[in-house]
Amino acid sequence: MTKSLYSADARTKRRNAAERRFKAYGAAAIGIAMVALVILLTSVVTQGIGAFRQTYITVDVPLPEAKLDKSGTRDMAVMSKVTTIGYAPLLRDGLVNAIAEAGIQTDLSEKEIGDLISKEAAATVRNRVLAHPDLIGQPERFSLLADGRIDGYFKGRVTMASAALDQNTSPEKLDLADKLRDAGIMQIKFNWAFLTAPDASDQRPEAAGLGVAILGSLYMMIVVLVLALPIGVAASIYLEEFAPKNRWTDVIEVNIANLAAVPSIVYGILGLAIFINFMQFNQSSPLVGGMVLALMTLPTIIISTRAALKAVPPSIRDAALGVGASKMQSVFHHVLPLAAPGILTGTIIGLAQALGETAPLLLIGMVAFVRDYPEAYSSATGLFGDPSTALPVQIYNWTQRADPAFVERAQGAIITLLVFLLIMNTVAIVLRRRFERRW
Amino acid sequence: MNAQQDTKISARNVNVYYGEKHAIKDVSVEIADKTVTAFIGPSGCGKSTFLRCINRMNDTIDIARVTGDILIDGEDITDPRVDPVQLRAKVGMVFQKPNPFPKSIYDNVAYGPKIHGLARNKSDLDEIVERALRRGAIWDEVKDRLQEPGTGLSGGQQQRLCIARAVATEPEVLLMDEPCSALDPIATAQVEELIDELRQSYSVVIVTHSMQQAARVSQKTAFFHLGNMVEYGETDRIFTNPEDPRTESYISGRIG
Repeated sequence: MTKSLYSADARTKRRNAAERRFKAYGAAAIGIAMVALVILLTSVVTQGIGAFRQTYITVDVPLPEAKLDKSGTRDMAVMSKVTTIGYAPLLRDGLVNAIAEAGIQTDLSEKEIGDLISKEAAATVRNRVLAHPDLIGQPERFSLLADGRIDGYFKGRVTMASAALDQNTSPEKLDLADKLRDAGIMQIKFNWAFLTAPDASDQRPEAAGLGVAILGSLYMMIVVLVLALPIGVAASIYLEEFAPKNRWTDVIEVNIANLAAVPSIVYGILGLAIFINFMQFNQSSPLVGGMVLALMTLPTIIISTRAALKAVPPSIRDAALGVGASKMQSVFHHVLPLAAPGILTGTIIGLAQALGETAPLLLIGMVAFVRDYPEAYSSATGLFGDPSTALPVQIYNWTQRADPAFVERAQGAIITLLVFLLIMNTVAIVLRRRFERRW
Repeated sequence: MNAQQDTKISARNVNVYYGEKHAIKDVSVEIADKTVTAFIGPSGCGKSTFLRCINRMNDTIDIARVTGDILIDGEDITDPRVDPVQLRAKVGMVFQKPNPFPKSIYDNVAYGPKIHGLARNKSDLDEIVERALRRGAIWDEVKDRLQEPGTGLSGGQQQRLCIARAVATEPEVLLMDEPCSALDPIATAQVEELIDELRQSYSVVIVTHSMQQAARVSQKTAFFHLGNMVEYGETDRIFTNPEDPRTESYISGRIG
């Protein structure tokens, strides 16, 4: 009796069921991964987006000559004797005047009103005055950072209830802040300073920024690129195209693969021992950080470059050798251009990995608190020799601080880091698309 | 056909080893100038390996070892003084699979002359490229699109482009490793016609799977079997009156 094709037999049914199950497992795995990613991103973005917005107080600050320049000659030596402690009352006066002008009623004392202004603001005003001494004499309009607690109040981090228990602020101050905001004296603006300003001390989270960390990371990426790309590509070309295939090259190959799996903190210890203790480079410097990260990135670049070289069909090498090109000509004229997209992708992925690396930098002292922007070159410290921090280390640093305002900063820094990584990966994809050629 | 032409290539007691494997066993052969010589034989018989000895392409394989002498114009090319790069300019090669560079048609042909310094200026180079493409019988098809990629051509055109590329460096010997195995019958006919023309200027050595092709294009034929060169002689005689029983079995289709 012949079986009908219209009904599946038991065996076929079992096979189809197995296939359906397998597809379901795959879809479930992707679903779980997507949910995890969405939760992660939502959490980071909702907590971190606040770091990109900041509360400012816009007031006219009186700049009396009697206080700021006792000599009256705009002599820098005299003017710079007035410290931020001398400026703080002026800022307070400016705010008190503005409150009076707006007709806002408050029971707070002048000193308490002054607490609404960030302690960082006096330094901002002082720097501006010292840079432009002609401002002295008449009131000048300034956008002053508001205190971190006030900023936190508008972002929902500080409540009336928590303020009542907080010795750094009070419900009355928050009440005044509400009124100031209604009067337009206090505004929330996009916080460029978060990307440009240096780190700030524990008491003034509102002033903390990523400027130094971004510069430090940029310098390190330059060092990594300059060291790891040529060394990695040269090593790969030699190993792949020129080196004899024998026991020694096998040993080297296995070890390169092993190096890629070495925990990054080990590279940090290596950098500490060799670059700082033995070679006496400056600690905390982007140069040392970059060299350590370059060592760490080398295996990634070598492995991906070798894979890219291997992917070039041997017929291209034969063709070049067949018309009488030397080995080196065949590699540099034909093989390398074809492998370039793969090499570029590998390099950028290696760089992205280096950009996000924290552990080795902790060991070479890049976890330090740095307020001064590092110079790319200075005669005292040499190339990339100034102390600096890096983006991931800054995140680590901020999560260690007590004030919850720093948690927001840390999440904001994570967003910044992710944006940089996203940009680098996009560049990798675009370069790949552009240079990819078919043969 | 003149059997007493000048000898161009003379191989004496050539042995090739791939690691432990003895791939070519004591082959001696005299290849004449301005002649098409065909190497035939079943797969794995060593005919391609022997061909690759003639321009030392086996140097690029780590485990390959070649002994014996191969003389071109009386000079031993296995001599350590011989630079394989210089040798390969004199002995051009066309491969089994068309392998144009992923560059423009013009650059494909111009590459060899450029690296060997055959052209003094741009117009020289233009001339060399045109001459080579004409000799490759592909000029008329590509003259209007020299800047387009060589990989965009059809298989048969690509192979003729590769032949043009090989002749652009003015070689004296042209080695062809199954040049038509990836081509359709029409493209094959075009390439075969071209090989016949190339005989005017070069000594052509062609490895082929197809006995019909060997019979059509070659004047001399060598039959390889299991690393031995079994028989070598005028093509007509090999196909009509083979001396060795193995040759006869092969051409009549009993082995291979």
